[in-house]
Amino acid sequence: MDKSKLVISNLEDELFLSFSGELTLYDIAGCQKIIDEAIISAKSVVVDLSDVIFIDTAAAIFIYKLQDSFSSKKINASIKCDSVKINDTLALAAKYKNSSSEIKKIKKTAFVEQIGITFHDYFLAFLSFMEFFGILFATQARDFKNPKNIRFREIAFEINESAIKALGIIALTSFLIGVVIAYQSAFQLKIYGANIFIVDMLGISMLRELAPLITAIVIAGRSGSAFTAQIGAMKITQELDAMRAMGFDPYEFLVLPRIIALMVAMPILIFVSDVMGVFGGMIVASLDLKITPELFLDRFNEVVAAKHFFIGLIKGPFFAFLIASIGIYRGLRVKDDTQSIGFNTTKSVVESIFAVIVCDAVFSIAFTNLGI
Amino acid sequence: MMNQIIRVKELKTIFDERVVHDGLNLSVGEGEIYGLLGPSGCGKTTLLREMVMLQEFSDGAIDVLGKGLKNIRSKDAQELRRQWGVLFQAGALFSSLSVEDNIALALREYTQLSESMISEIVAFKINLVGLKPSDASLFPSQISGGMKKKAGLARALCMDPKLLFLDEPTSGLDPISAREFDSLILKLRDMLSLTIVMVSHDLQSIYDTLDKVAIIDNKKIAYEGDLNGVSSSQSEFVKTFFKERI
Repeated sequence: MDKSKLVISNLEDELFLSFSGELTLYDIAGCQKIIDEAIISAKSVVVDLSDVIFIDTAAAIFIYKLQDSFSSKKINASIKCDSVKINDTLALAAKYKNSSSEIKKIKKTAFVEQIGITFHDYFLAFLSFMEFFGILFATQARDFKNPKNIRFREIAFEINESAIKALGIIALTSFLIGVVIAYQSAFQLKIYGANIFIVDMLGISMLRELAPLITAIVIAGRSGSAFTAQIGAMKITQELDAMRAMGFDPYEFLVLPRIIALMVAMPILIFVSDVMGVFGGMIVASLDLKITPELFLDRFNEVVAAKHFFIGLIKGPFFAFLIASIGIYRGLRVKDDTQSIGFNTTKSVVESIFAVIVCDAVFSIAFTNLGI
Repeated sequence: MMNQIIRVKELKTIFDERVVHDGLNLSVGEGEIYGLLGPSGCGKTTLLREMVMLQEFSDGAIDVLGKGLKNIRSKDAQELRRQWGVLFQAGALFSSLSVEDNIALALREYTQLSESMISEIVAFKINLVGLKPSDASLFPSQISGGMKKKAGLARALCMDPKLLFLDEPTSGLDPISAREFDSLILKLRDMLSLTIVMVSHDLQSIYDTLDKVAIIDNKKIAYEGDLNGVSSSQSEFVKTFFKERI
């Protein structure tokens, strides 16, 4: 601060604060310090603004606050100022300061209240998810009653978009997982000379558990997130509103085709994943354990029952339903800001992978208890 | 007595704890261009969204084309939606479809018209709103804001609705396009005998097009009637908004 802007002088009992030049928001912090030191013993203060050329609103608020603090300390204060312009600025500050000070402070919530609010929010989120399922099933029921409403073109488009185009990545991932598992277990099996059991292990684990899970995880990351982002963006650009206003039910046009497409395509993807995973294992077995592909396939035929394959496939539509419906639900929950697209996309992937794993665990227990 | 196309009675809208409308009444007659005005945040767009069933209201009644919107059956609702067109603020064209397909969509879905007939209707609507035929194959991301509005209007008109809702039709347009849009709306009203409800902030557009206005202030209708009588209103909004005209 330019020190010359504030001159403090004592005259008998009165303290003179004489400002001069341009008084702006860059000066007020420095002035505050000087004034705080000076007024300790003062009984009466005169704020002299007669030499000030210009005052900005921040400085005006500062002067106004200064007056307030004087009166709260029971110091007589007066402002000396002739310029109409400066007085106007001061009046402006006084006028809007009053109204702005009324802004409500955010209420602090107690810990217990916070817990209550959080759980209530979870409850509402659960309700809205149930609402989503309700509308979904109602739409589905209507479509089954009136099958010409089913949008086969969109379903075909979505099968291509979110499943067929994912074939490559799923094939590659499954192949690598097959290779890795075979390679790791080959090392252990060699110790016992139980080389041939690689077929049993790989066959059952791949067909029954790993292939469906890998497929589901890749699809959740790839297509589930795409659903959320697409539908979320459509919500932000009011495309969903436009559809509703034109009488096109988004559930019929956007939601059901995606869910049905994924449910149809998932078993196919799992099948590809099965083939590629076992193929990867077979290559490792022939290179590392000297089990020829012929021997591998013979043994495979002998020990891996068809039920494992079918159990794996059966899981597909269930996983697909979870992934697609969570992805779409999250998309519909997007609010009118871009940040919530990111938030909901992340949530959709995390939640759908979690749901898939929980569902897999339930299947695992159920099938084992059923003796399948 | 003119036919009442829209009637709103004692409408209440409450978001969480915020009251947006409290006992709001208005009526729109056939063939009118009806404007909803008011300070920002007064719930004009909310009211418009409630009229087209995009949002639910808390209490009261809205009748559109003789049907009450509260607890409406989905079949009736679907029928209503085919009788009106809505132009959203930013056009809200379907970004995955070309302009042409956007306009043709409702025709393809709701009618059994042949493809050649549809393309003829689409070409007519494109001409009608003042777009060039060469714009038809462009996608929404490739055209300007003004063109998006025109394309949105063409889409809203594609089913030849009786009723047209416009949400700030001239906002974001340059003054020349805005005046063009105004005269377009007047022309369409005369040609197609439309009833138009619009939300607007554009003073020029308000004076050029509107037959009747409703000013929403303080959760209620502060004034309803033609523009000449607007000065009789005591609303703070009217005093500042129409300052230069009254």
